[in-house]
Amino acid sequence: MKQLLAFIKKEFYHVFRDRRTLLILFGMPIVQIILFGFALSSEVKNIGIAVLDNARDVHTQQIIGKISSGYYFRVKQPALNFQELEQRFRAGEIECAVVFPEKFASDLYKPGGAHIQVIADASDPNTATTVINYLNSIIGNYEQELNPLRKLSYRIVPEIRMLYNEEQNGSLNFIPGVIALIFMIVSTALTSVAVVREKELGTMEILLVSPFRPIMVLIAKAVPYLVLSLVDFIIILLLAVFLLNVEIRGSLVLIFAESILFIITCLSMGLLISNLTGSQQTAMMISMMGMMLPTLILTGFMFPLENMPKVFQILSYIVPSKYYYSIIKSVMLKGLGFSYVWKETLILVIMATGLLTLALRKFNVRL
Amino acid sequence: MKKNYSNEDLHSEQGATISGQQQKAIVCNGLTKQFGSFRAVDNISFDVNEGEIFGFLGANGAGKTTAMRILCGLSYPTSGEATVAGFDVYKQQERIKKNIGYMSQKFSLYDNLTLLENIEFYGGVYGVSRSEIKIRSSDLISTLGLQKEAHKLVSELPLGWKQKLAFSVAIFHRPKIVFLDEPTGGVDPVTRRQFWDMIYEAAANGITVFVTTHYMDEAEYCNRISVMVDGRVEALDTPANLKKQYKTNSMNDVFYELARGAKRADN
Amino acid sequence: MNSVEVINIVKTYGEVKAVKNVSFEVAKGELFGLIGPDGAGKTSLFRVLTTLLLADSGTATVEGFDVVKDYREIRNRVGYMPGRFSLYQDLTVEENLSFFATVFGTTIRENYDLIKDIYEQIAPFNSRRAGKLSGGMKQKLALCCALIHKPDVLFLDEPTTGVDVVSRREFWEMLNKLKKQGITIVVSTPYMDEASLCDRIALIQDGTVMSINSPDRIVKNFPKTLFAAKANNIYKLLQDLRRNSEMESCYAFGEYIHFTVKADDADIVRISQIAERENHDGLEVKQVIPGIEDCFIRLTLDSGQKIMDRKK
Repeated sequence: MKQLLAFIKKEFYHVFRDRRTLLILFGMPIVQIILFGFALSSEVKNIGIAVLDNARDVHTQQIIGKISSGYYFRVKQPALNFQELEQRFRAGEIECAVVFPEKFASDLYKPGGAHIQVIADASDPNTATTVINYLNSIIGNYEQELNPLRKLSYRIVPEIRMLYNEEQNGSLNFIPGVIALIFMIVSTALTSVAVVREKELGTMEILLVSPFRPIMVLIAKAVPYLVLSLVDFIIILLLAVFLLNVEIRGSLVLIFAESILFIITCLSMGLLISNLTGSQQTAMMISMMGMMLPTLILTGFMFPLENMPKVFQILSYIVPSKYYYSIIKSVMLKGLGFSYVWKETLILVIMATGLLTLALRKFNVRL
Repeated sequence: MKKNYSNEDLHSEQGATISGQQQKAIVCNGLTKQFGSFRAVDNISFDVNEGEIFGFLGANGAGKTTAMRILCGLSYPTSGEATVAGFDVYKQQERIKKNIGYMSQKFSLYDNLTLLENIEFYGGVYGVSRSEIKIRSSDLISTLGLQKEAHKLVSELPLGWKQKLAFSVAIFHRPKIVFLDEPTGGVDPVTRRQFWDMIYEAAANGITVFVTTHYMDEAEYCNRISVMVDGRVEALDTPANLKKQYKTNSMNDVFYELARGAKRADN
Repeated sequence: MNSVEVINIVKTYGEVKAVKNVSFEVAKGELFGLIGPDGAGKTSLFRVLTTLLLADSGTATVEGFDVVKDYREIRNRVGYMPGRFSLYQDLTVEENLSFFATVFGTTIRENYDLIKDIYEQIAPFNSRRAGKLSGGMKQKLALCCALIHKPDVLFLDEPTTGVDVVSRREFWEMLNKLKKQGITIVVSTPYMDEASLCDRIALIQDGTVMSINSPDRIVKNFPKTLFAAKANNIYKLLQDLRRNSEMESCYAFGEYIHFTVKADDADIVRISQIAERENHDGLEVKQVIPGIEDCFIRLTLDSGQKIMDRKK
């Protein structure tokens, strides 16, 4: 135990005496949060919108008038049918469309209310959300004008469909993504490099030829990075809450527990990589290519998974960060409880156990 | 049977003499390199004659590497003067580089290129013409007896052969001076001697050889040696004279006497 | 009981035979040297003995323990300084030392007697980071780290490579002191001049042990009379001697050329006549006692001869 503590202390010396490691550890999460936080919250103007007006009555004309009056939207040529709308979406001419059904005016007075279909191009999810919110409020306003006494009989129900990204990932969803990324960097990349460095230095030979159990070397390497990952995690949460005004809806205990589970997964991956490689460079390359790139691309936090070719969608199922991302999103941003994320948790538990066993097995008591 | 053996004899025999006058390959005068308050090279002066094999010895951290970098045109001195192959180390670094060859134990050849590719690459870097590269490289391969290995990767060669090849590559463009930084570290005694045969041959062909080594017997192969201690040249003479001066018959003892008092030592 | 026993060890990496059927033993308290160039197989042997590497075949024991079966026992009893060992550059001298002490389950104080002489030399730099130490100092610190748990056997893989003459000499003095404390030391080196400082040596080349004996005996076993010659133009002398059909071997050695002749009854008078034929200035010829390096060259050439004979 004393040996283990001495080892862990030594690891912390390494970290705190290396400026580059410190920069990666503490500079990166801060920069990423600030960058993502502010770069993504820009205001939306001049959205190209097309109307498919099957009703052509007074109400629809008034609503269209309201849409075009603000500076948010630029109303393009009306569309004649759905196919045309889709083509114009694809061509990038419009980012949003409103469809009025034929009997809009008469539906207005029916108990079910009248339906307007609002279609938004959500491949840029932030813009799409903003657009939908604007449209919602315009329609809401009009509803109120029609019915100042708030009788329930007149109702317009906007049916919103987010094209290309039905789950509407984005906006504050980048926070769980950044957390996953930071864990990858700290727990996978830095850990594997830390172990491989001992091999390069030749100190690993000494450690192996000592009464210190080889497995303890791995544990001693893993513990500091587990701690550092959690420190980073807390930094990100604090930044999110106080700088970006994110409300953490779910249970903090659950968030931490899930995070530790994911960190263990990452650490196991890092240790596995370090067992298979002999140079720091290779270890870094594998961590980057094998872990960080998939995290960026296949978790859905930068690019919506739904738009990807089937192969990538299937591939994404083996990326651990996909599950972690979805868990944190659900718990932190949506406030859901464990019963909603137990499936993802189970998958992560299986992955962590598998990777850890593999890492320990692959660890050689000899060179 | 024995003849007296003097310094002048040695020079007239081995230095390249042109119209009776000794040509200097390297001239250093008060050369100093300062890093902050630390004098890595402290006011050193020496000459190296053309065609001479000059041993540049010193303890770890004595300033050898720094001095050598200046002479190879890789860094500027803080003060003092020096010319290498007649070119000034301040103003004519590029011309120095064209006229010297360099080989070190640490970096010599590209492991993942074949022998021929390495030769072609270095020949090309030094501006040897294509046709000339072809002629010289086939000459080189056959003198080294490496015909079978010519298309093999350098990584497949034994260390001793790599070093021999690296030396050949370093003098491929027929430089006036070749700098060798611990060329034979870890090489077996037989190959080491073959390596020195090549050095002798190069010197006999008029190439000046400037060499550092940790093997003291190799120091004795040199026409003259200098020993650096704490940034200064503490001794400079023929190996025989140095041994006479320190009343010993081993270079090891000479070096030990000189470097023992060294105050600084770092890499 | 011998401290180290190596029996028919073979180790290959892919197609490269690093160690070819090597056997030797080291007595308790002996200072044993493995002398040979890079790539001779020294490091592989060390790794087999320190239980870091499994041999393809053959057996080896350290302090009576099998290197495969009882590797844990061995790891408790040996000190090891790998060739490329450079400690933790970002830790200070003291941090390095106390870290290794703890890892080996001891403290600096507990075995201070053993390292005292060495440690006192580096103690002034206690708070300096290991990366800022000189080559010689690093070696001393590394030796302290390898000694900190009072091992029975000390394995030092090329501890003096790349270190200057002064530090090398100091290092060997330290080894001799350690030997007096009863520690068995197995050390490898590419420097032939260090061989005479060992009790016994194995000359190793291309994975094969060419000769094992005390340095004196190895020298005594040199089969021929060795002569040395020098002249003002040593390169010309070397070339001339090589062309001479009576020469058996001929190579530069320090300021002299060492050579042997084919005739077994060669005496200095006849040799001088041979050498004088070419009319050299400053010619000097004498008979000399061979050194380890001469023996090594001889053995290498002999084994090369054998290989060539087999090819024919």
